[in-house]
Amino acid sequence: MNSVIKGASYVLAHTPSMVLLNGTTQTTEKIVNPESEYLKEVPNHLRSYEECVNYWPNQVYIGNAHPDELAEVEFPYYDKVKEGAERYGKYGEIIPEEEFLLLVQAVDVFEVVKLDKDFVAAHKEAFAADPIITEDIVEKVEEGIELAEIEKLVNEEHAEPLCFAGKLVGCVKRAHDVDVNLSAHVMHENLMSKATNVLALLYGVRNAGIEKSDIEYVIDCAEEACGDMNQRGGGNFAKAAAEIAGLVNATGSDTRGFCAGPSHALVEAAALVASGAYKCVAVTAGGCTAKLGMNGKDHVKKGLPILEDCLGGFCVIIAENDGVNPEINLEILGRHTVGTGSAPQMVIGSLVADPLERNDMKITDIDKFSPEMQNPDITKPAGAGDVPLANYKMIGALAVKRGELDKKELASFPAKHGLTGWAPTQGHIPSGVPYIGFAREDILAGKIKNAMIIGKGSLFLGRMTNLFDGCSFVIQGNTGAQNNSGVSEEEVKGLIAKAMKDFAATLMAE
Amino acid sequence: MDLENQKRVKEFAEEFGPENLVVLLGAAEGEGAGLAAETVTAGDPTFAGPLTGVQLGLTTYHVCEPEVKEEFDEAVYDEQVGMMEMVLDVDDIVSEMSAIRDEYCKYL
Repeated sequence: MNSVIKGASYVLAHTPSMVLLNGTTQTTEKIVNPESEYLKEVPNHLRSYEECVNYWPNQVYIGNAHPDELAEVEFPYYDKVKEGAERYGKYGEIIPEEEFLLLVQAVDVFEVVKLDKDFVAAHKEAFAADPIITEDIVEKVEEGIELAEIEKLVNEEHAEPLCFAGKLVGCVKRAHDVDVNLSAHVMHENLMSKATNVLALLYGVRNAGIEKSDIEYVIDCAEEACGDMNQRGGGNFAKAAAEIAGLVNATGSDTRGFCAGPSHALVEAAALVASGAYKCVAVTAGGCTAKLGMNGKDHVKKGLPILEDCLGGFCVIIAENDGVNPEINLEILGRHTVGTGSAPQMVIGSLVADPLERNDMKITDIDKFSPEMQNPDITKPAGAGDVPLANYKMIGALAVKRGELDKKELASFPAKHGLTGWAPTQGHIPSGVPYIGFAREDILAGKIKNAMIIGKGSLFLGRMTNLFDGCSFVIQGNTGAQNNSGVSEEEVKGLIAKAMKDFAATLMAE
Repeated sequence: MDLENQKRVKEFAEEFGPENLVVLLGAAEGEGAGLAAETVTAGDPTFAGPLTGVQLGLTTYHVCEPEVKEEFDEAVYDEQVGMMEMVLDVDDIVSEMSAIRDEYCKYL
C-alpha cells in the first residue's frame, strides 16, 4: 500500500548579518575586490525583520497565503506589503536573527558557539516564548561569555563572527586546530543548517499531528557535508538534528543529490514506509549560508533590497496509509538516468512524460506540477528569468510535441497546471518540495486530484561527473478513501453472503 | 559566468588559439546569454572571474540562432533543442547575441 503525506513544515530564519559575512558572492568579492563599491553598498540594501516578514513570497512559504493568491499580486513583490503578515504561519515561522542565534547555540553540542552574555540576557526571554521551542531546548542556552573573549577568539583564533544589528555578539570557534573540515567556517555553515533543520523538524511533528516518539527514521537532504579529514562527508545531519528535536525513537541518515536531494529522499522515505521497514519517516533539510545574497550584485545594481536574506528549512512527514491523507504513488516515478542526456528536452522527457506514459497517462492528466519553485522576484533581476514559468513552458511544449496538448493552449498551460514561484533560492529548498504542504491540502479539499513533484540537480558542480540529475513522483488522493466511496467492505460481505444463501437455496431445492 | 568555466574558456583560448574557438551557449534568457557572451568577448562584466579585463573577442552563438541551427542534422536538432526553441524568446536572444558579436567579436 502507498505511504501517505501526514504533514509538512516550512521555516525561514532571517539572517541579514550572514549575507555579508558568509554568502559566497560577498566572501568571494572580499577576496578578489576587497575595496569594491558593491561591498560598501550591501549594508544599505539589507531588509529589516519586519520587511522580511511582510514580504509576500515569505508569507506564502510559511503558509499564510496560497500560491494562487501570490499569482494575483502585481509583480514585482519586493515593493509590496502582505496585509496581515505574521511571524507564525500554519506551516512554520520566520524566526528573527537574534532568536535564531540562540537556537544555533542550543543545537551546538561541542561548545564551539559562544555568545555575548548581554546578548543572551537580552533575547533569551523572547526565544523561550516561541511556542515551538521546547523547555529542554531553552535549557541548552548558556549564559554566555564576555564580549572581550569573543573578540579574542575572532581576532586570534580564527573563529567565525556572529553579528546582530551591525555588532559582534558571538562566534563559532574552530573544532580542530589543523583539520579544515572542522574549521570555524565549516562548523558555522553546518550548525546553521542543523539549527534550521531542527526548527523544521519541530514544526513537522506538530503539523502532522503525531508524537515525536512516532518518528522512526529521519532523512536529511540538504547540501552540506559534515565530517573530519578522514571522512569529509561522513554525516549524519539527520540524527544530529533528530537528537535536538527530541525524536528519541529515530535513527536516520543523509541523502545527497544537489537540488534533487529532497525528491530522492522523499521517494526513499515513501519506499521505506511502503515496504514496512519503518512506519514513520521525516524528510528534512536546513538552510545554506553560502547562498545568502547569491544574486546580491544584480539586486544592488538594480536598486533592489538583497532578497536572499533568509535560510530556509522544510520537513515532510511520511507515514503508513491512514486511508485519508494523500499518497505518494511509487508506480509513477520519473528518473533522469545516466543515459538520458542533459538537453532540457531529454530532462523534462525523462522526468515528466516518460513516467506518465509508462502508466498510460498524459501530461495534461496531472493537475499541478511543482518543479523548481524559485521566487521570480529574486531570479528575474539577475537575468535568470522566471524559473517555474520556464519549466511550465517546457512541460507544455513537450505536451504539444507529443500531441497531448493543442498548440493554442500552450499559453494558458502555465496558469492551469503551474504555480507562481515563492521559495527562497536556497538550492534544495525550492526544488519541488515547497508545494507539498499546499498539495496535501488542495487534494484533501478536492481542489486538485494530483500533483507531480520534480527535483533537478546540477551534479556537474561537484566536478565528479558532467551529468545532470533529476527525480520526480506523483502525489494523489488517498485510494483507500476513494475505494470507500465505491463499494465498502460491508457491502462486499453482504453481496457474498447473499450469493452463498442463493447457492444454498438452489442446493436445497434440488 | 561560473568562475571555473571562465578559467576553462581562457585555457582553451590559449591552447587552441582564440581564432579557432566558438563558444556555444544555451542560456534560457536573452539577458543571461548576453552576459555570458560579453564575458567571453569583452571580459567578465562582474569583475570576479579569470576573464576580468581579458578581451578574448571569441566567436559566440546561442544554440537557437539560425546560423547554428543550420549546422545541425535536422532530426537531432528537433530531438535535442526543438522543445526549447518553442519556449525561448529566440528574437530577444538573437538581438542580444548579435549586439555583443558586432561590438566585441574579433574573428568574424
